[in-house]
Amino acid sequence: MRDDDENLKDANHSSESPGVSRRDFLKISGISVAVPLVAGPKMVMAAGQQVPVYGPGKVPMEFAINGKNHKADLEPRVTLLDALRDQFELTGAKRVCDRAECGACTVLMDNKPVYACSVLAIEAQHRPITTVESLIEGGNLHPVQRAFVENDASQCGFCTPGFVVSCKAFLDSHPHPTPEDIRRGLSGNLCRCGTYEGIRKAIAQVAQKGA
Amino acid sequence: MRPFEYLSPNTRTQAISLLGSTWGSSEILAGGTDLLALMKDDILAPKRLINIKDIKDLRGVSSDPQGIRLGALTTLGDLADDESVKKNYPALAEALGEAASPQIRNLATLGGNLCQRPRCWYFRNGLGLLPIDEAGKELVSEGENRYHAILGNEGPAKFVSPSTIVPILVAYGAKIRLQGLNGKRELPLERFYVTPKKEGEREHDLRPNEMVTEVMVPAATNVKAAHYEIRQKAAFDWPLALAGVALKMRDSKVESARIVLGYVAPVPWPSPEAEKALVGQPINKETAQKAAAAALANAKPLSHNAYKVKLARVAVTRAIMKAASGGAA
Ligand SMILES: Cc1cc2nc3c(=O)[nH]c(=O)nc-3n(C[C@H](O)[C@H](O)[C@H](O)COP(=O)(O)OP(=O)(O)OC[C@H]3O[C@@H](n4cnc5c(N)ncnc54)[C@H](O)[C@@H]3O)c2cc1C
Ligand code: FES
Ligand code: FES
Repeated sequence: MRDDDENLKDANHSSESPGVSRRDFLKISGISVAVPLVAGPKMVMAAGQQVPVYGPGKVPMEFAINGKNHKADLEPRVTLLDALRDQFELTGAKRVCDRAECGACTVLMDNKPVYACSVLAIEAQHRPITTVESLIEGGNLHPVQRAFVENDASQCGFCTPGFVVSCKAFLDSHPHPTPEDIRRGLSGNLCRCGTYEGIRKAIAQVAQKGA
Repeated sequence: MRPFEYLSPNTRTQAISLLGSTWGSSEILAGGTDLLALMKDDILAPKRLINIKDIKDLRGVSSDPQGIRLGALTTLGDLADDESVKKNYPALAEALGEAASPQIRNLATLGGNLCQRPRCWYFRNGLGLLPIDEAGKELVSEGENRYHAILGNEGPAKFVSPSTIVPILVAYGAKIRLQGLNGKRELPLERFYVTPKKEGEREHDLRPNEMVTEVMVPAATNVKAAHYEIRQKAAFDWPLALAGVALKMRDSKVESARIVLGYVAPVPWPSPEAEKALVGQPINKETAQKAAAAALANAKPLSHNAYKVKLARVAVTRAIMKAASGGAA
């Protein structure tokens, strides 16, 4: 596989990045511009209508992640996972298989669990994305996170953020799961350390107490 | 992944006119769960991706007394949860619910599932669908073939057709609808799958500038159907063998039967032999086993997959018994 990371190093426009952006500078200094700063996309005609062509170079993109607006210039080939990790410093979702086969990169998109490694960032624009980072509220662990601690549901911890997001989504849609529901509902996450028993207990505990 | 241009048209005709007329230049992007992995592994390197998810009329399910229409962009998760699918096609709902993982089912679309590429590890490692060595010897028959075909493998194609929902759809009599530059066409779903004979040919009867728009499944009011799959792991893995069965009964005897095997051949594998063995018979363990034996009578296992013959026989037997006893549950 080609390394995408190299292409990410110099991307900018994160809403979190400090300082004054070029656009702000122009606004502040009152210079009006005739040409847009980032050239609009090229257009092609298709069935009598103009369709924009994005890429292969960088494209300005906007995201709604954990309730905040984020911007970055990215190539269309950058995945949502790489954008989260390398652009927005949201490294909770892990890059393990990068092939939809392990679940370590699980995030919520439109409130449903998906593999961030298998979604292009360009397609995830303007769709609500929730990562594990947002589960802590006011310094308090989410009930699922607390149950993981209490039930020894983590060993090396690499699969844990993905599992936590999956468990939260699963419990939101199955508040009273049977053990079989739990096995099926969590089947999209793998753990090399074999913490499954602790995870099953953690979910059962949260389900019983109510999140 | 190599760089590409990304376009997101919002009508079918725009999408079709943007697709290239030869394979390689462009690919349709639906859920991306298969395509992106193939691109990361450099098996495919399209210059353009045509995202079809903004084409609203490719999404959704609608039914009438004749049957049900499943839009190509509907996700496997939404289909598995659809009330009319669950009520009228329980065996399909079961197959959908067992496919892949919850996260994949939230992204993966029906059209992408029907067009997903084979999981053959030679193909996925860049050696092609019909891999040969420098001397022209077939790599699969000489090599690691424990998950490969046991039927329909006389030619150079030894991979198995990858979808776990196609066999039951074929058993229900589904038709696939396609739209391309030359208009629309409809064909029985099993005819959409072809066994490539030369490297470069694809395993679908899909033209480069054509797309799947929907699947039509006829009403199944008096049909007893079942899906039975055998997996190494209970979930999140591809099966070793599976069968989809749809039976019509008259006075406790089989009036007609559709028996379709999966994971045994380069195409979904309807078995007229098994169907013939079952018609006119009552269903019991003995008749089910006879039909299963007929389905596998012509199996030609490769060097490491004789075990699949037995598994496939068991899958057919159990699918028939399950259908007779009320189907999916
Ligand atoms: C770990 C894992 C386990 C899996 N287990 C199963 C399983 O048990 N059963 C099963 O059936 N599948 C399984 N899959 C495969 C999965 O179901 C497919 O990847 C998925 O259905 C593909 O759909 P998509 O919308 O994501 O397609 P994409 O990845 O977007 O596309 C796949 C292919 O279809 C083409 N395509 C997509 N839509 C159309 C259209 N409308 N018209 C024409 N061409 C189109 C694309 O160009 C591409 O070539 C598994 C996958 C993984 C990674
Ligand atoms: S990194 Fe996405 S599923 Fe493994
Ligand atoms: S705790 Fe190590 S992989 Fe799950």
